[in-house]
Amino acid sequence: MTVASEDGARPTADDPRRKAHVILRVNGEDHEVAFLPHKTLLEVLREDMGLTGTKHGCELGECGTCTVLVDGEPQLSCLLLGLQSVGRDIETVEGMAGADGLHPLQQAFAELGAAQCGYCTPGFLLTAEALLRNDPQPSRERIVEELSGNLCRCTGYLKIYEAVEQAAAARTAPGAGR
Amino acid sequence: MSAADASKGDAPRTPEAEGLAEQLREGYRLIGRSPVKVDGPAKVTGATRFADDLSLPRMLHAKLLRSHVAHARLVRIDTSAAEALPGVVAVLTGEALPTSFGILPVSQDEHALCRDKVRFVGDPVAAVAAVDEETAFEALSHIRVEYEPLDPVFEPAEAIKNEIEPIHDYGDDGNVHKRVSMEFGNVAAALDESDLLLDHEFFYEGNTHLPMEQHATLAWQEPDGRITIWSSTQTPHYLHRATSKVLGLSPSRVRIIACPNGGGFGGKSDPFNHEIVVAELARRTNRPVKICLTREEVFYCHRGRHPVHMRATMGFRKDGRITGLHFRTLLDGGAYGSYGVASTYYTGALQTVTYEIPAYRFDGVRTFTNKPPCGPKRGHGTPQPRFALEIQMDRAAEALGIDPADLRLMQLQPAHGITANWLRIGSMGLGPCIEKVVEGSGWREKRGKLPRGRGIGLACSSYICGAGLPIYWNAMPHSGVTLKLDRGGGVAVFCGETDIGQGSDTVLATCVAEILGVDLTDIRVTAADTDLTPVDLGSYSSRVTLMVGNAAIQAAERAREIVARTAGKTLGVPGNRLRFAEGRVFDVQDPDRGITFSEAVSQAEAEHGTIATAGSYTPPPTPGRYRGAGVGPSPAYSYSAAVVEVDVDEETGVVTVDKVWIAHDIGQSINEMLVIGQVEGSVYMGLGEALMEEMTYRPNRFGVHKIPSLLDYKSPTTKEMPEVVTYLVTDPDPNGPFGAKEVGQGPLLPMMPAIANAVYDAVGVRVDMTPITPERVLKALEREDRRCAPKPLPDLRIEDTVRIKTLAEGGDGTSPRTGRPTKESTAP
Amino acid sequence: MMRLPPFRWHAPKDLAEVVRILAGEGPAARVVAGGTDLFPNMKRRHQKASTLVGLAGVEGFSGVTSTPEGDVVIGAGTTLRALERDAAAARLAPALVEAVATISTPVLRNMGTIGGNVCLDTRCNYYNQTWEWRRAIDFCMKCDGTTCWVAPSSPRCWAVNSSDGVPALIALGARARLVGPDDEREVPVGDLFRDDGIEYLAKRPDEVLASLIVPAQGDAVSTYRKVRRRGAFDFPVAGVAVRLRRDGDRVAEVAIVVNGVGSSPIRCTAAEELLVGEVPDADRIAAAAAAAWKPARPLDNTDHEHSWRKRMVRVETKRALEALTA
Repeated sequence: MTVASEDGARPTADDPRRKAHVILRVNGEDHEVAFLPHKTLLEVLREDMGLTGTKHGCELGECGTCTVLVDGEPQLSCLLLGLQSVGRDIETVEGMAGADGLHPLQQAFAELGAAQCGYCTPGFLLTAEALLRNDPQPSRERIVEELSGNLCRCTGYLKIYEAVEQAAAARTAPGAGR
Repeated sequence: MSAADASKGDAPRTPEAEGLAEQLREGYRLIGRSPVKVDGPAKVTGATRFADDLSLPRMLHAKLLRSHVAHARLVRIDTSAAEALPGVVAVLTGEALPTSFGILPVSQDEHALCRDKVRFVGDPVAAVAAVDEETAFEALSHIRVEYEPLDPVFEPAEAIKNEIEPIHDYGDDGNVHKRVSMEFGNVAAALDESDLLLDHEFFYEGNTHLPMEQHATLAWQEPDGRITIWSSTQTPHYLHRATSKVLGLSPSRVRIIACPNGGGFGGKSDPFNHEIVVAELARRTNRPVKICLTREEVFYCHRGRHPVHMRATMGFRKDGRITGLHFRTLLDGGAYGSYGVASTYYTGALQTVTYEIPAYRFDGVRTFTNKPPCGPKRGHGTPQPRFALEIQMDRAAEALGIDPADLRLMQLQPAHGITANWLRIGSMGLGPCIEKVVEGSGWREKRGKLPRGRGIGLACSSYICGAGLPIYWNAMPHSGVTLKLDRGGGVAVFCGETDIGQGSDTVLATCVAEILGVDLTDIRVTAADTDLTPVDLGSYSSRVTLMVGNAAIQAAERAREIVARTAGKTLGVPGNRLRFAEGRVFDVQDPDRGITFSEAVSQAEAEHGTIATAGSYTPPPTPGRYRGAGVGPSPAYSYSAAVVEVDVDEETGVVTVDKVWIAHDIGQSINEMLVIGQVEGSVYMGLGEALMEEMTYRPNRFGVHKIPSLLDYKSPTTKEMPEVVTYLVTDPDPNGPFGAKEVGQGPLLPMMPAIANAVYDAVGVRVDMTPITPERVLKALEREDRRCAPKPLPDLRIEDTVRIKTLAEGGDGTSPRTGRPTKESTAP
Repeated sequence: MMRLPPFRWHAPKDLAEVVRILAGEGPAARVVAGGTDLFPNMKRRHQKASTLVGLAGVEGFSGVTSTPEGDVVIGAGTTLRALERDAAAARLAPALVEAVATISTPVLRNMGTIGGNVCLDTRCNYYNQTWEWRRAIDFCMKCDGTTCWVAPSSPRCWAVNSSDGVPALIALGARARLVGPDDEREVPVGDLFRDDGIEYLAKRPDEVLASLIVPAQGDAVSTYRKVRRRGAFDFPVAGVAVRLRRDGDRVAEVAIVVNGVGSSPIRCTAAEELLVGEVPDADRIAAAAAAAWKPARPLDNTDHEHSWRKRMVRVETKRALEALTA
């Protein structure tokens, strides 16, 4: 049986075979979800919530593919329990585009060919998003450093750097929406 | 014209076609530009559905039990305990699927689950379908397998001795899967007459594709009994054939849908056991069944770069001209055939297409070993010999006192010529490629003049634009495209091609949109569905742009012709003055006189009925007609040249690549952004192969893969990627769509030898092995011969060499023995 | 998909509760902070736990504070990223911050903690493999088997201490505060380690590493050098931390700690002795580097050839000393 702690943010699970019933805040919306205590956020997003935009390449923290934002920081959803995500703000690639269209990073990734097969793309987008929130005009060196935990086998990363730079420029341009 | 009419083949040029030709002369609207690719928005929003993103109601999850021994006879498998586990719905062993399969008709040596023997650690022996993946995983531990161990063999030098029970009961002899030897011209005489004779051995380590997406497949039995399979495959057509064969179903009752691949690089081009297994499980359980391999299992699927031990004996005249080349290769094939016969030929096929080599001999042997099977990885069989060849060119240049760039430029294979081994070259832009990188990099100022520890290296390469022959012998087209024009102006395009990230959906749509004058967003691509789309052989051998592009052009020209006929009448303009652009059809001499594309389509549909056309492409015949001539011919060859600048730390041996200048002869870009993306991606993958990637095993520890993980198999990170300057050389090839040639594989090839040559320039040592590790650099620095080289190549036991006269000798492309075309299969 | 095995989950609010759960459940319970070491290991089934106690919500478990004297107190639950970004730590404990910044990747450092890095399970490429893989070698001494495959005749396990933070902490003279059910103690970080791949931590299972205290460094300087294949992701195949204080031209104090080349970090006392009281000229530094090279005993169970790793200990010790005395 799973009970939420008094503040609701630290559920415990005494029975490993019983689903925890919790609320996850994903892309700004609360979702009621039930899953086994040992399930990672990656599994919960993909399998219990149908949010398959978050991909997986190793499930061992060795590639960065499953990166999502948790309280604004990139985290590996393969190494974070669903239960550890309760009470925190989770952002996935599905939450990036708005009613007014693609997010500037998505726009830049598409325009510059930074997504080839597209499989690592969600992880890169979210890592880059966190970077730009902290450093709206990052140097190339900083981009290389911050993206160094995301592997891409297609692009050689160069178009990804350019896309991050283009999005940074678009974001800080006068009149930019975001 | 209906789709049926379209099958008539090449029709004589009509006035409408002449109009098109004129339009193209005037300049392209889309070709060569860089619009967002058609699947771009889906890729950046997470909307693209890769195979593991799919699920169906009541779907079961499958797992494979894999052999933990390298070589053994299967004595018995007891699955009863697994079957009894709650949640387990079906358990499968090899007995259920007795029919063998394999990508090449000559190597039908795989079973969906092992039946008689296991041949490497990781070979699948049983499968479980259960209500969830965890239950399936747990069930595996309840399956009891009894093995009778057999001696394993892990090294080709051992395998070639034939001292153990052969891994397979077919092949050329014992564990020699394939042995080939062919000579074009008199090589011994040519080498004898040389002023400079180079004779060195090389070793190119095996490495793997490592797509970020792990292979996944979902299979479903439809209510009417048909089987539909969604899979991360680069070759839905070949999977279609293999699955139908093994399941014993008419291909008409099997449907393969290739999902967008999360990277392929050749790693998803074989039909795989897991794909067939889930199809059978779906049939048995009458429920959808999905499997997604773990990263470790992807290492067991492999089919990547063959480790190749090489010897390159090469003669030069004082003036630098190559006299002859004798090239020997010994391939470590791993446990199954895969594309291996083709891979073997490819280690000898393309040495001749860059520089004129008047006399050429190739001896190649592929052995079976108890390791995951090797196959086609980006560059299939050609990066290994290219590594050796380009290092020999560098050695020769130094020995003869000629600039390495000049040594190459002085003897480029002429455009539209025929090589010693009977490959017909089309356009040939290697010269301009060399000039671009030499100029851009400051080569002439830097070579030999950089401070010690810094070096610069040059290498070149070439690659096919599609294999000239299909994998199984047939005379049908290699690629087909059908088009349907909608009254609303939309164009539906159907083609069997598979987008693996290279942008083939976009290439297809761009070719059609250019000709019909519509926007890319007016085009809906339906691809890689064997029920709906005409056959395209698959995303391998860099064939898609050329073959799909040509088929698409043909289909679009035919549709354009139908529309133009009506529009010409409506507008009172002769067909050859009509232009299709900006979503309109108009008089090129009076652009205001025109109608919208959708109006034109509606009028044409009223006159001709539903507008649907087809186009297809078959490569031209090859001049080579000797046994083995099936590997190497291509409608066109791309060319690349690269210069790299490196830093070598003499205390640690660490090599850092600082900058790369690379030029690629693309013929004509279809989408320039995608072309540059392929070049940069190739540089990246070549960098990994050159410096760190290796598939390594522990022969003394049961033959396990040493490092089957993304942490331990070293794929370069952002930190390793150098700055890259890309130059594109435009020189349209007569066989290419709009003149386009390939770019997906060729630009990888010069990276490894360019880095090796740069290391030599930096610190004066030759590392004739990949990867060029710090250990090897230090070893070379400490040796008297300043070289790190492999052990001597074992005797390949060549007893029989096929001799073929070259064109210069008055040959006709046949070998005296056969004198007729071969039916030997070919591959990427 | 690699998945975790089932477990019970606790997420207590204070350390006392953590310790109480550990004492109650015994060795079948494990604490987890960032999860970047334990979760992959559990997915591969070579670390096991029926109960996990999450530390992320424990109050006062993370954060960096410094005293006016210059001591730095680091909560064990402080993420590597937070430590890396902490200006005071960078100033007061440079070798540690340099070392932490080299750990794995930025995204992993957002999750992994300094406590986790100190307690990092020893690594070996016969051990950090899935259950199925390890079955092919009939398992190994460290988990489920009896043989150490890197040295089959050896009675002990040779898994490698692969922490970047540990050598830096030892070189800086850091202490670890351990909290148990009945007591609390502070030990030098160096005393936390044993030269054994299995029993590598000299910490009771019911004790939790609560914090690390780096004493004021005065005018000592320090640095860390890491050897690895790639600029991200990779564990050290050798790492050297050096702390050095000079008195005029001469070395007054020096600490040289090597890691990644044995089951425990190695304090290179012979090398230190060659330097203390001496002018650190090129010859002296070379001699010290050679002395540091001696106790390194890497085996073939990580990336890179072990002979090269041993050689790199000498190169990197030399470079670290050069950097600090330049």
